[in-house]
Amino acid sequence: MAFINGIGLISPQNTIGSREFLSEVVEYTADYLKCIEPVYRTYIDPIQSRRMSRLIKMGISAAKISMAEAGLTMPDAIITGTGLGSVEDTEKILGEITKEERFLNPTPFIQSTYNTISSQVAIQLKCHNYNSTYVHRTFSFESGLIDGLMQIEEQTASHVLIGAIDEMTMNHLQITRRIGQWKMHPVSNMTLLENKTPGALAGEGAAFFVLGVEKTGTTYADLKDVKTCINFNGSFKPEMVLPSFLGNHGITMHDIDLVLLGTNGDHDFDPVYDDFARQFFPGKALGWYKHLCGEYHTATGFGLYIAAGVLKNQTYPGILHLNHVTPPRLKNILIYNHFRNVNHAFMLVQGV
Amino acid sequence: MPRRIFITGYGIISCIGNNIDENLSSLLRSKPGLGKIRHIDTLLRDELLVGEVSKTQDDLFAMAGIAPVEGYSRNALLGIIAAREASLQGRLNENPELKTGLISATTVGGMDRCELFYNDFLTNDTRNAHIDSYDCADSTERIASLLGIHDFITTISTACSSAANSIMLGARMIRTGRLDRVLAGGCESLTKFHLNGFNALKILDKDPCKPFDQQRAGINLGEGAAYLVLESEESLEKSGNEPLCELVGWGNACEAFHQTASSPDGTGAYLAMKKALDLSGLQAGDIDYVNAHGTGTDNNDLSEGRAIEKLFGERIPKISSTKPFTGHTTSAAGSTEAILSIFCLQHQVIWPNLNFREQISELSFSPVEKLLTNVPVNAVMSNSFGFGGNDTSLIFKKAGEKSKIVNRKS
Repeated sequence: MAFINGIGLISPQNTIGSREFLSEVVEYTADYLKCIEPVYRTYIDPIQSRRMSRLIKMGISAAKISMAEAGLTMPDAIITGTGLGSVEDTEKILGEITKEERFLNPTPFIQSTYNTISSQVAIQLKCHNYNSTYVHRTFSFESGLIDGLMQIEEQTASHVLIGAIDEMTMNHLQITRRIGQWKMHPVSNMTLLENKTPGALAGEGAAFFVLGVEKTGTTYADLKDVKTCINFNGSFKPEMVLPSFLGNHGITMHDIDLVLLGTNGDHDFDPVYDDFARQFFPGKALGWYKHLCGEYHTATGFGLYIAAGVLKNQTYPGILHLNHVTPPRLKNILIYNHFRNVNHAFMLVQGV
Repeated sequence: MPRRIFITGYGIISCIGNNIDENLSSLLRSKPGLGKIRHIDTLLRDELLVGEVSKTQDDLFAMAGIAPVEGYSRNALLGIIAAREASLQGRLNENPELKTGLISATTVGGMDRCELFYNDFLTNDTRNAHIDSYDCADSTERIASLLGIHDFITTISTACSSAANSIMLGARMIRTGRLDRVLAGGCESLTKFHLNGFNALKILDKDPCKPFDQQRAGINLGEGAAYLVLESEESLEKSGNEPLCELVGWGNACEAFHQTASSPDGTGAYLAMKKALDLSGLQAGDIDYVNAHGTGTDNNDLSEGRAIEKLFGERIPKISSTKPFTGHTTSAAGSTEAILSIFCLQHQVIWPNLNFREQISELSFSPVEKLLTNVPVNAVMSNSFGFGGNDTSLIFKKAGEKSKIVNRKS
C-alpha cells in the first residue's frame, strides 16, 4: 500500500490546473481523443524542450506537476509504464529507413527508445535513484505500480514517481484500425455506448503519480494493491483471484462501494465488463471513464486519477455513472481493466 | 533473513551458439561470432560487423518447434528458443503449485518484421498478423503462452540494461514473496531500425570491437536471447532442482546525465555496482571477476572504468568485456552476460577481453587478455548500462551451501 500524494495529468480533458474535479467535460467527435497540452515553458526550459518530442514534453510536465503538488523535490525511484513509447519518433525512422536508408537523423532514434521518458525526467531532476520502464501493453502502468509498491515494502523508497504515458498518431490509428482495435469513423465520446460497433475510441495521456509511505495534506487516497492477470485460453477466472486480492487487505467484495470499469465502447469486448459486474458486483455502483480519455495501453492512469479524485473530493460526478446505483459511501473503489480479454488488471483504492 | 535466490536453469542463443553447450564451447575456444550481416536487407550490410545468429527465420521456427506462420517476429523466436532451454532445465512444467512468473526484456520488440512490412501496414491488409506483434509485449506473451506461465508476466525496456533489470525484478518478486520462481531475461533481434539508429550516432565499429583499448572505436551490435530460472530456497525444496549459483546482489541507478552518453566519472555505474555490492553482503575484495558492460565506445569504457576504479580502489578484480564474442545484444545483453558470468563460477574460468592491445591511458588497469582456467572464482559481477543512463549491476556467487539444500530435500 502507498498514499497517492500528488497527481499530474495531461489528457484530452482539462485536467491541468486547479479546476474543480471534472467540472467541465470536453466533448469530442473525432477519430481519437487528443491531449490538451499545457504551455510547456511553464515546466521545461524552452532551450531544452526545443528538440524534445511531444511525448517527452508531456511526460516531464506531468511528472513535475505531480511532484509540485506532493511537495517532492527528489523521488527515491522513477518508474514509467508505456505501451508504445514514442510512436511519432518511431514512425519518423520507419518512414526514412523504408525509403532511403542514409542520412538518418539520430534525434528521433534516441527519443524512440521506451525508457526516454523515465530517463529524461531523471535528467531534469538530476535523480540518480532507481529508474525503470515497463512496456507490456495494458500491464505497463500496473507493472510500474507493482514495482513502486514493492520498493515501499522493501523500504528502499519512501517516495516513488510513477508514470503512465502513451500517445496516438493518425498514422498509427490507421494501421491498428486494420486489426479491429478502433472505431472506423469519427464518433462522439458522449454517445460512445450508443454506437454499438466493434472497436474502441482511441485516446492518449500522460499521468504521473507520487506515491508515498506517509499520509500528507495533499493525499488523495491509499493505493492498496495492484494485480495483473493474463488470460491464455480462458486460464483467467476472476473468482480465483479477487477474493484473495481483496482479502489481503481485509476487504470482501461486499465492501466495494464503486467498481470503475474500463468499458471503452468496443461492442465485441465490453460484454466482458458487463459479465464481470453482473457476476461479482450485482447491485453495486458501476462507473467508467474511457469516454473522457479514450482507450490506450496506459489509460488506467486516467482511471486511477478518477478513483483518487472521487475519493478525495467525496463526489461521484454523473458523467462517470454507468448504472443508476448510488454508492452508499465512497470508501473502497475497485478499478478493473482488460485489453481484448487477454490482459486483465485490478487496482484497489481506498479513501483516507 | 531475506529469502535467498538461486539460479536453477539457463538458456541462451547468440552468435556464438544456439544453446548453453555451444556458447560455452565457443568461449572455451576463444572463438568470437562476429561477421557480416546476412539476414537483413540493408545498405549497411557490407559496412558493419555484427553478432548475428546464423539461423534463418525458417531454421528458428524449426528450432522453436513451431510450424511457420505469420505473426512471429525473429525476436519472439529467439526468445522462445532460449526461454524453453532454461525452463526445461529448471523444470518449470513441474510443481504447478509454485507461483511462477515470466519477466522478459526487449526494446526492438517485433520491429524486425514491422520494418519489412511497414509499407503493407500503411497500404493493405496482407501483413495484418504482424501489426499486433510489433510491440514489446508480443514476444513475452508468446513465450509465456507456450511455456504455460501465467502467475505474473511483464516486459521491461531500459535499453541495454533491460535484461539485467528483468533479473533484478524477478529476484525482488521472489524476495517479497510475490512469486516462488521466475523465468527472467531478454531477447533482441538485429533490425535495420537500430542498426541505422546506432550508425547515425556514430558509435559502431566497422572492425571487431576493442573494449577497454586505447584505440577502441565503437560497438558491434549483436542479437540473441537469454533466460535464467530464479528460485527461492523453498521452491528448491519442492522442485529438487540443483542450484547453478546464487544471485546475491542487484543494484539499479540512473546517470541522469545525458540521453545517450555516460557521465565522465561514471556516477550511475558506480552507484549501481555499489548498491549491488552492499546488498550482497560481500566486500569489494570478494569479487573475483567483473563482466563489464564494456561496449567498446570511447565514452562507456572510460566512464565504466573510472567507476570500477572508484569502487574497487587499489584492488581491481579481473575484468573483461565479452562483447567481442557475442556483439552487443542490447536488451538481451544483461541476461546473456549473466549466463557467461555464471559459466565462470561453474567452470572456474575467466573469459578474455578479445582484441585488447593497449591500455586506456586514463585508467589504471587492463582487462584480461587470455582465457584463464583453473582460477578460483567465487563471486562475479555483471554490469549492464543503457541509453538514458539506466545502469544495473548483478552479483552471482557459487552456491556454497548446495549440499545443505539437497540434504534437506532428501
